[in-house]
Amino acid sequence: MFTFLPPYVVFATDLVAAFLFLFGLKRMASPVTASSGISYAGVGMLAAVVVSFLYCFGVDPAARSQLGTNIVLVLLALLLGAGIAWWAGKKVAMTAMPQMVALYNGMGGGAAAGIAAMELFGGKTHGGRELSVTLLGALIGTVSLSGSCIAWAKLQGVIKKPLHIGGQQVINGAVMLAIVAVGGYVVFTVHGGAELATAMPGWIWVFFAGAFLFGLLMALPIGGADMPVLISVYNACTGLAVGLEGYVLKNPLLMIAGMVVGAAGLLLTELMAKAMNRSVAKVLFAHFGPAPAHKGGTIVGSLKPCQASDAGIFMRYAKSVIIVPGYGLAVSQGQQKLYEFVKLLQAAGVGVKFAIHPVAGRMPGQMDVLLAEAGVPYDMIFQLEDINPDFATTDVALVIGANDVVNPAARTDKSSPIYGMPILNADQAKKVYVIKRGDGKGYAGIVNALFYAPNCQMVYGDAQAVLVQMITAVRGLGAAPGGKAQK
Amino acid sequence: MRFQIPMSGFEALYVFMLAAFAGWVTIGRVPAILHTPLMSGSNFIHGIVVVGGVFALLSAGSRLEQGIGFFAVLLGAGNAAGGFAVTSRMLAMFQASSKPAHAAKKAHRPAAAATTPSGK
Repeated sequence: MFTFLPPYVVFATDLVAAFLFLFGLKRMASPVTASSGISYAGVGMLAAVVVSFLYCFGVDPAARSQLGTNIVLVLLALLLGAGIAWWAGKKVAMTAMPQMVALYNGMGGGAAAGIAAMELFGGKTHGGRELSVTLLGALIGTVSLSGSCIAWAKLQGVIKKPLHIGGQQVINGAVMLAIVAVGGYVVFTVHGGAELATAMPGWIWVFFAGAFLFGLLMALPIGGADMPVLISVYNACTGLAVGLEGYVLKNPLLMIAGMVVGAAGLLLTELMAKAMNRSVAKVLFAHFGPAPAHKGGTIVGSLKPCQASDAGIFMRYAKSVIIVPGYGLAVSQGQQKLYEFVKLLQAAGVGVKFAIHPVAGRMPGQMDVLLAEAGVPYDMIFQLEDINPDFATTDVALVIGANDVVNPAARTDKSSPIYGMPILNADQAKKVYVIKRGDGKGYAGIVNALFYAPNCQMVYGDAQAVLVQMITAVRGLGAAPGGKAQK
Repeated sequence: MRFQIPMSGFEALYVFMLAAFAGWVTIGRVPAILHTPLMSGSNFIHGIVVVGGVFALLSAGSRLEQGIGFFAVLLGAGNAAGGFAVTSRMLAMFQASSKPAHAAKKAHRPAAAATTPSGK
C-alpha cells in the first residue's frame, strides 16, 4: 500500500533541492552570506541523495533480480567516493586548490559519461532525439574527464611543459570529425531499426575512446597561465553534460542544476578570457606556441638587484604600499609570511593594500583565497579597476611572483602578444620592488620592460624566504618612534 | 519509469533556457574576490549527477552496466562531497577587518547611502 507515494516524495524533494541550489548560489555571491550559501546547497544535495534510494521501488522488472546487488554497489560507491573525496578536500593545501577543483570537475564529467554509457550499453534510450542527446552528453562529459585529468597533471607538476604537436589543429579537427561520424552512424543505424544494445557496442566503445582522446589532445598544449580559462571551461562542460543526461533520465533536478552550472561556468570563462584580452576560442585552440622569438621591442635600462632587507626597510618608512601577488607567491606558500610582513608595516603606520589581477594564479580568484587563508581581511583586497588609479600616488609597489599582469608592454607595445590586456599599473608607483626567483620570462615569453625601468629594483629569491628576510630586517629596527607600534 | 518526469523536446528546451538564464544572472554580480569559491561551489552543484548515477545503477541489468554504474556513482559522490568540503573550507576563511564597526559600515554602505545624509 501507499505505493503511489515514493515518486511524489522524490519529486517534491528534488524540487526543494533545485530551489536550495539556486538560493545557495545566490547567497554565494557576497562574502557576507557566502558561507551559509554553500550550506543551503549542501542540505539540498543531501536530501536529494537520501531520497534517491526510493528509486528502488521503481526498478524495471528485468533488473529486479539484481536489486540486492545493486543496492550494495550503490552504498559502497557512495561511501567510498564521498569518503575519499571528503578526506582529500579537507586535507588539501590551499595552494593546491586549482588542481583539486580540476579533479572534481573531471569526476563529475566522468559520472555523466558513465550514466550515458549505461543508457547506451543497456539499450535504454529510445528514439533518435534521446539517443543524440545521450551521445552529446557522453561526448562532453568524457572530454571534461580526460581534459581535467591533464589539467590536474599540469597543475600538480606531473606534466611540466605544454606539449605542442605539429598540425595540432588539424589532428584535433580530424578526431572531432571522426567522433561526430561514429555518433551519426550509430544514431542513423538505430533509427533504421537496429537494436542499440546488441548491434552497436563496438561503435559505442570507439565513440567513447575518441572523446577521451579529444579531451587529452585539447588540454595538452594549454599552458599554465591559461589554466583559469581551461578550468572554467571544464566546469561549464561538466554542468552541460549533467544537464543533458538529466534530460535523458527525465530528471528535472539534474537538468536545472546542470544547466545553471553550465551557464555560470560559461560566464566565468568569458570573464577570465576578457581579463587576458583573448577570446575563449583563442585560448583553447590557438596557443601562444613555442616561446616566440625575442620581440620585446627595445628595452632601455638594466636589471638592478637589491637586498631583501634594504627593500623591507624602505617599505617600512614609506607612507603607502600596494602589494601585487602572483603565482610565485602560491608556489612558495608565502602567504602567511606576507601577511606577517604587512602587519609589521601597518603597525609602523604604513598604508597597505593588495591589488589582485583577475587572472593572477592558476584559477580565477586563487590569490584572494590564499590571502584569505593567511587571514587578510577582504576589505584590504582590491580588484584591478578599483586600485589602478591609486598606483600613481603610491610610494611603493611590491610585485611578488607576478610578471605578465604588470608588463607595461600591454599598454604601449602593439607588437607584443599581450597588447591590450588590462594590467595593474605597478610601474606608475614611485618605487617598484619585484620579488622573483630569476630572470625568467613570463608565461607569454616576453621581456618585461617594468623590470628594467629606473624606478624598479629586483629582489631575487623564493618569495617566502625573501619575506622572512624582510620581516627580520624590519623587526631589527625596533618600534618606530611616533609610529603606532604595538609591541 | 514511475520516477521520471518525461518532457517533450520543447518543454526540455524551456527548462534549459530558464535554468541557463538563472545561472547567468545569479553569477553575473559576484565580485572577483569570490571567483574561486564560486567555481568550486558550482562544481559542487553539478555533483548532483550522483543522483542520476544511483538511479541508473539501481536498474542496471548486466555486469557491464553494474561496473560502469559503480564508477559513475563513485565519481559523482566524490564530486559532490569533495566540492562541498573545499568550498565550505574556503568560504569559512573569508572575513572582514577585525574592526567590526568599520566592516559593518562597509557592508551596508549602499543601504546607508540610500538613507538621508543627516543620519550621521
